[in-house]
Amino acid sequence: MSIGSVPLKFRVSIDPERCMVCGRCVENCSYGVFRQENEKIRINSRNCVACHRCLAFCPRDAIDISEKPTDYRSHPLWTRDVREAIFNQAKTGKIILAGMGNALPYPIIFDRLVLDACQVTNPSIDPLREPMELRTYLGKKPASLSLKEYPNGDVELKTKLSPNLQIETPIMIGHMSYGAISLNAQTALAKAVSHIGTFMGTGEGGLHESLYPYQKHMIVQVASGRFGVDINYLERGAAIEIKIGQGAKPGIGGHLPGEKVCADVSCTRMIPEGSDAISPAPHHDIYSIEDLKQLVRSLKEATEWKKPVFVKIAAVHNAAAIAAGIARSSADAVVVDGFRGGTGAAPRVFRDHVGIPIEAAIASVDAKLRQQGIRNEVSLIASGGIRESADIAKVIALGADAVYIGTSALVAMGCRVCGTCYRGQCAWGIATQKPELTQRLDPEIASVQVANLIHAWTDELAELMGAAGINSIESLRGNRDRLRGYMLDASLMQVLDVKSVGA
Amino acid sequence: MCGIIGVIDRRRKCMDGTGIKAALSMMNERGSGEGAGYVAYGIYPEYKDFYALHVFFDNIRENKAALDILLEKWGTIVHDEQIKTYEQPNIRKVHTPWRYFFRPDRSLMPKSTTPDEDIVTHLVMTVNAAQNGALIFSSGKNLGVFKAAGWPEDVANFYRIEDYKGYLWLAHNRYPTNTPGWWGGAHPFNLLNWSVVHNGEITSYGTNRRYIESYGYHCTMFTDTEVVAYLVDLLIRKHGLSERMAVRALAPPFWEEIDRMPEKEQELNRAIRLTYGPALMNGPFAICVANEDTLVGFTDRIKLRPLVSGEYGDRLYISSEEAAIRTIEPDIENIAMPKAGEPVIGRVIA
Repeated sequence: MSIGSVPLKFRVSIDPERCMVCGRCVENCSYGVFRQENEKIRINSRNCVACHRCLAFCPRDAIDISEKPTDYRSHPLWTRDVREAIFNQAKTGKIILAGMGNALPYPIIFDRLVLDACQVTNPSIDPLREPMELRTYLGKKPASLSLKEYPNGDVELKTKLSPNLQIETPIMIGHMSYGAISLNAQTALAKAVSHIGTFMGTGEGGLHESLYPYQKHMIVQVASGRFGVDINYLERGAAIEIKIGQGAKPGIGGHLPGEKVCADVSCTRMIPEGSDAISPAPHHDIYSIEDLKQLVRSLKEATEWKKPVFVKIAAVHNAAAIAAGIARSSADAVVVDGFRGGTGAAPRVFRDHVGIPIEAAIASVDAKLRQQGIRNEVSLIASGGIRESADIAKVIALGADAVYIGTSALVAMGCRVCGTCYRGQCAWGIATQKPELTQRLDPEIASVQVANLIHAWTDELAELMGAAGINSIESLRGNRDRLRGYMLDASLMQVLDVKSVGA
Repeated sequence: MCGIIGVIDRRRKCMDGTGIKAALSMMNERGSGEGAGYVAYGIYPEYKDFYALHVFFDNIRENKAALDILLEKWGTIVHDEQIKTYEQPNIRKVHTPWRYFFRPDRSLMPKSTTPDEDIVTHLVMTVNAAQNGALIFSSGKNLGVFKAAGWPEDVANFYRIEDYKGYLWLAHNRYPTNTPGWWGGAHPFNLLNWSVVHNGEITSYGTNRRYIESYGYHCTMFTDTEVVAYLVDLLIRKHGLSERMAVRALAPPFWEEIDRMPEKEQELNRAIRLTYGPALMNGPFAICVANEDTLVGFTDRIKLRPLVSGEYGDRLYISSEEAAIRTIEPDIENIAMPKAGEPVIGRVIA
């Protein structure tokens, strides 16, 4: 006991005046904070992760949770988090596992970019009264068209187009596997995307049979562990995505703790029950860009060239050149996942320290592809840290075609971003496989919430575009003239290719 | 706001600049006296095989020698002279307009299928991007742009526009917001045989500019109109689309309309929008674009700027205002207001 206890992360308190000892908190807390003794609720604050499940279900608003009730001696370098990580590792000798996205207070570029609106010289467009087009096609596009025109006015299209995904909003849901999240959560997302007319990713967890009815809206993932991959899986997806890397943990493979590998997950993933599913850091058949090309083409060959193939990389320093290489590999879209991207489980050191923000990555990838004259031939999907519709408008103006959202879709289902996904105890039934917890999530209700969120954001995007005098999303894409940087430094503005406010 | 007008004589019968000057002045309500310009096709019959380069020099002594050397490097200067101007009380002559008749040396662009055009385009892009006191604002064959900062009649008198005879004219009365007073910012914009006049503001400029720049064009005029000339050049000259299909790409039908079309047409229009999405022009605009045998007028997809067309005999007129057309041709017939995104196309038949 040389280190002893560290101060509480959260202090849970119950107002005895308000509490009626109904026991709902005891029932709802999956982390064992509450227990009932006689006519009193006892609290063990040390177990609390601030998931707010108890708060949400307390009928009397009797519960309060305060963060970091005890101060350390303050120090700018030796922060609380740094000290506690050392205590932790001194005790365990292990890599620290963490959940959700990057937790360090880096500046947020999105919040230092502002959007434009029309005044006088051109009219803003009212989406309630005028057409406003957010339809987006993802996939390869030809550089030019070959048309033959006949004297009677008929025009024959001689160029054959590759298959594209058609979405009615530039918002898709990113890859969160069955295993990382529950089947009820995946079902809710699947129902939501089917309803909205967009797509979701399966993650590296295979496609559960019960989701087959939604397969037209699924992008199936092939990652380095190849979990759940067979021809049946590939053929069911609307598109296939090769996952090279992930923003939350660039350079390493996925990690699904064995606690979450229940019988059903094990069947869908094709791995033994209860075993950790650790996918390798690289794909062992991709050691170079030409190997990637072979895999892209093999997957296309296997599915008779009927499906677009996406390639997802983590946003790293050299993302632009890597993306340009991918664009030449017959891939139809490049997904760039920024360093704020969430995850069920990642080593803390990777989550917080490796990779670059999505804003800078998209700007440099888009610029590189344009420099090489191939931007419009491949689609660009941004993900990792998209929190609201303004982020989407900004990242599209920086050059993305569409976005994947992850964390925000989970928040729409109740997730409170407690960051404890890797423990498999999610009280909201989202990031867990325990039947008593997963049953808390009603896929019907949750799907309505997720669809509502996408719908609301799509409406907001339409309003933002209309205000900027733009009635078609392709005119927002890469339109960095409609962005201004506010208190961004000169070198970053150069990377983003935006002017300062007032300029 | 801006006022535009274009006229084409389908049998290439020439008109002098008197009518177009009167018509443009009729739209002074649409201008602010800070920019006006004209382009006329068919004005240099004796030099019709050479590229007529119109250049604004800031200072003849300082800036001309360098351009001469550059042109001689890429071809032959067949003839060059100062463009005659006549002092006007309301125009401050900040540039000296000059004209060159230039023959490019094809052997210097061996891999190109259109070496002459590519050399001239390259020269225009290089000279204008360098900003060394020389701006090439007109570069076609047998045509010339005349523009300056001022009211239409003053600019016309400055160049004595009535002395030029052309079968196709475009003219523009400017109400500038971007670059007031700058001669280079006045319309028409021209590249090779393409000329553009434009009323409006292109809200998709950033997207269009970044698209066109990835094909080697450089936007150097600080205004959204030049991008139209480059887009038209790319789509029609380089990609081989017809004027009708190019306009379809620049101002395409809405998805809602496309979804209702017969399957083959759907396929065509979807392909156009997928391929040329970054070329789609958004925001309010009415545009006249011309080359040596065509005049095309079109507006944005929801027609936020006016455009009227009319015919008389062999002549097709397109303008912001019916009144302007009537100034030249009081007996005008077939006055029509084209629908949003629908092109009006006039072609020479002789």
